Amino acid sequence: MSRVVVDPVSRIEGHLRIEAQVEDGVVREAWSSSTMFRGIEIILKGRDPRDAWAFAQRICGVCTTVHAITSIRAVENAIGAVPPPNAELVRNLVMSAQLVQDHVIHFYHLHALDWVDIVAALSADPQKTSALAESISDWPRTSPRYFASVKARLEALAQSGRLGPFANAYWGHPAYRLPPEANLMAVAHYLEALDWQREFIKIHAILGGKNPHPQSFLVGGMAVPIDPNEQASLNVGSLEQVRKLIQGARQLVSQVYIPDVLAVAPFYADWAGHGASAGHYLAYGEYPRTPEPDAPRVLPGGVIRKRDLANVEPVDTDKITEFVTHSWYDYEGGDGEGRHPTRGETAPNYTGPAPPYEHLNVEGKYSWLKSPRYDGLPMEVGPLARMLVAYAKGQPRVKALVDHVLGALGVGPAALHSTLGRIAARAIETQVVVEEMESWVDGLMANMGAGDLRICDNSKWDPSTWPEECSGAGFHEAPRGALGHWVHIRNGQIANYQCIVPSTWNAGPRDAGQQPGPYEQAIVGTPVADPEQPLEILRTVHSFDPCMACGVHVLDARGRPLAQVRAL
Amino acid sequence: MSDPKRGWLEVELEHRGVSRREFLGFCGTMAAALSLPATLAARIAEAVEKAPKPTLVWLEFQDCAGNTESFLRASRPTVADVILDAVSVDYHETIMAAAGHQAEQSLAEAMQRDHGKYIVVIEGSIPTGANGAYCTIGGRSALAIAREACAGAAATVAIGTCAAFGGLPAAAPNPTGALSVADAVPDVKNLVNLSACPANGENLVALLVHYLTFGRLPELDALRRPLFAYGKLIHDACEKRGHYDAGQYAEAWGDEGHRRGYCLYKMGCKGPVTHQNCPNLGWNGGTNWPVGCGHPCIGCAEPSFWDRMTPFYRHLPEIPGLGPHASLDKLGLTAVGAVGGAFAAHTALHVARRSADRRRRESGGGEES
Repeated sequence: MSRVVVDPVSRIEGHLRIEAQVEDGVVREAWSSSTMFRGIEIILKGRDPRDAWAFAQRICGVCTTVHAITSIRAVENAIGAVPPPNAELVRNLVMSAQLVQDHVIHFYHLHALDWVDIVAALSADPQKTSALAESISDWPRTSPRYFASVKARLEALAQSGRLGPFANAYWGHPAYRLPPEANLMAVAHYLEALDWQREFIKIHAILGGKNPHPQSFLVGGMAVPIDPNEQASLNVGSLEQVRKLIQGARQLVSQVYIPDVLAVAPFYADWAGHGASAGHYLAYGEYPRTPEPDAPRVLPGGVIRKRDLANVEPVDTDKITEFVTHSWYDYEGGDGEGRHPTRGETAPNYTGPAPPYEHLNVEGKYSWLKSPRYDGLPMEVGPLARMLVAYAKGQPRVKALVDHVLGALGVGPAALHSTLGRIAARAIETQVVVEEMESWVDGLMANMGAGDLRICDNSKWDPSTWPEECSGAGFHEAPRGALGHWVHIRNGQIANYQCIVPSTWNAGPRDAGQQPGPYEQAIVGTPVADPEQPLEILRTVHSFDPCMACGVHVLDARGRPLAQVRAL
Repeated sequence: MSDPKRGWLEVELEHRGVSRREFLGFCGTMAAALSLPATLAARIAEAVEKAPKPTLVWLEFQDCAGNTESFLRASRPTVADVILDAVSVDYHETIMAAAGHQAEQSLAEAMQRDHGKYIVVIEGSIPTGANGAYCTIGGRSALAIAREACAGAAATVAIGTCAAFGGLPAAAPNPTGALSVADAVPDVKNLVNLSACPANGENLVALLVHYLTFGRLPELDALRRPLFAYGKLIHDACEKRGHYDAGQYAEAWGDEGHRRGYCLYKMGCKGPVTHQNCPNLGWNGGTNWPVGCGHPCIGCAEPSFWDRMTPFYRHLPEIPGLGPHASLDKLGLTAVGAVGGAFAAHTALHVARRSADRRRRESGGGEES
């Protein structure tokens, strides 16, 4: 029996630590801990609710946009602002661009190195790599000369003796199974995707001024004006630029990302049998098809219990509670209770070992994450949850793509509840969303043509138009899953602010009933060939796409300010 | 295999299909970005080629990884890649392949092997509350890691407003006792603050090029920010400045003035009190910038902007020396009392600090060694 500690878990956003008990080469028990805390909700208290999006946005710079969108939705819900159709269309474009870019980056830059052995790529034959690439896709960059140049670049790095970010990794680990040519092809696509993401995200610069942290969000709409006859507004020229970037993304996703997933998956087919969480899934739904608040969504919302795809329940957000039994916080009512976010409390109280430490006390409190539960159950959120809900509800495009992928891999829907299932679901979702994007450009064009230039509901901009006291909630499907913000406003100021974030759902610790969180559950049963090199644990943890800065942010009304520190 | 007759850079360029002409063009652009005469482009090229590959370690503490993402978005891809490859990034949690103790080993090795020579980039503030337990990596506190890493570094870059000035975690009431690098590591040497939320990746590239070219840091302002990127007010280089001078303002979101690109002063723009090269450099390959897109500047490159620049949509009061503008409306008058005092004080202090700094530079004492 040995205790494996992975800290830092790298290739993620934020600070995550995994402790796992390994026996006979298999993980028997695991604990997920987030080791960083900032306290953004207490900082939000007393502020202007129209500013909240900018604060909340900084919860995360990888999932930049997601907290901004959710925040403005929560405040709009509270004060009764109704964004005009153009604002909803721009938001759909901003959100979808975020998701598409984030999923591609995750696959190539954060996850691929768990499956792709860069050093093994050095023995690849460029000619054979070219043949492989041409056999799986119409993507144009497949010449032997191209792959030879990528290989030469790798060789130069290897011969320099300075591997930089690729040093000290698990190269040569027996769990790497790709042939050298597939490794080389993947390295080439790693580099191409790095170039592509820089270009594609210009959509955020056009619609939001910059990325990371685009800056055109407004309570009631968006700050990017639209006018076919103005150079300083979104016009036909800038929207066609957006369209072109979308088309490039569509090509990359369908000709590189999807074929790569299908090409790599058969070598790791056994990972369709590892990494399942408890089988409960939650999705709020996203991308409204029309501007009405209850409009149908491109990706529907729903709750699945115990993998039962035949009975998808509607989401009832009143059933959400958070526990702090194993989290470094106190509840007034003690560690046994679960609290709804509208009654949320977050009094931080660190009771872990003083740093530097070797191990956390996992019998007691061991994480800065709380444990959210839905009707008492730990829920997995994210692309897999969304694709399962959409598949079960018969969303036609999702159904067709999921069936296509399952058919290509020769497996049934049960294989989706796994590490590999998460990877496949993320790729399928990217394809579904990128295919929708142009319709939103078309919508903006049509409105502009019809003379509808409204971009913000200005009727609720002035706080004197708001009720003295009001509450609201905003929901969003971020790349990593279901995201909710709850805001309470009093006299034009934020009285309370709470977020329940995808990585809190997925990475949270055990609850009062000792039910493990999804990461903790998913790692159990993972084979570990060498406890010194726990590559297999990383595979499953990374399949969730952890984002710890998002997960830990909480501190609210009962938070104790610890220090007033001058910062210049 | 490297050819001893050719610099590593030439070999790298060839692998990437970048011509020498393109590279020199890039050096010219860098010269311009660094506010240097174009004749220095050749010197930049020569220096970058000859410079040994320095080690860079990137530490993330109370961060959101926004600066990391910004760094990955640095444009002019092929050539900028070369420059970034000119630096060996030995530790960066978000991109490195190794995890756990193998990752920690990379950091330890780099700090030992290149003691006194490596560059450390710090992203995120450093918490001092709860004995450091608000941010630990590998069981060690951010504060302990930062102090160790800075002590052995040739230079420290605090990237983003959190590392540079405390940023969001340090905003009132600073629940975790978050500090900037300068405050958390008082004896830090050769510190450069690349503030903004996030910092523009292009400015980091320019800073590294400067360092490789001249072997020393660029000139800094009183807040230790490079003058090449923070030497001017946004307001002074703003594309909407003509509208400001002409008294043409956007008055409501989506109104005619907003659509025509009129000045955003009345919508709360903080460009008049913010130093940063956004209007010149642009974001994402010069595609756009926040004010260009229609939203006011929020002043993110300045210290305590989360407290001093908020509410973001309340416009600045009249500040001496900022030129003519329309009479203050109801909101503006309330602002004079609260934010106005702070700004006037800030501006005055800033001017004083800058002139002191200039005097120090002129007397040769402007840069730490």
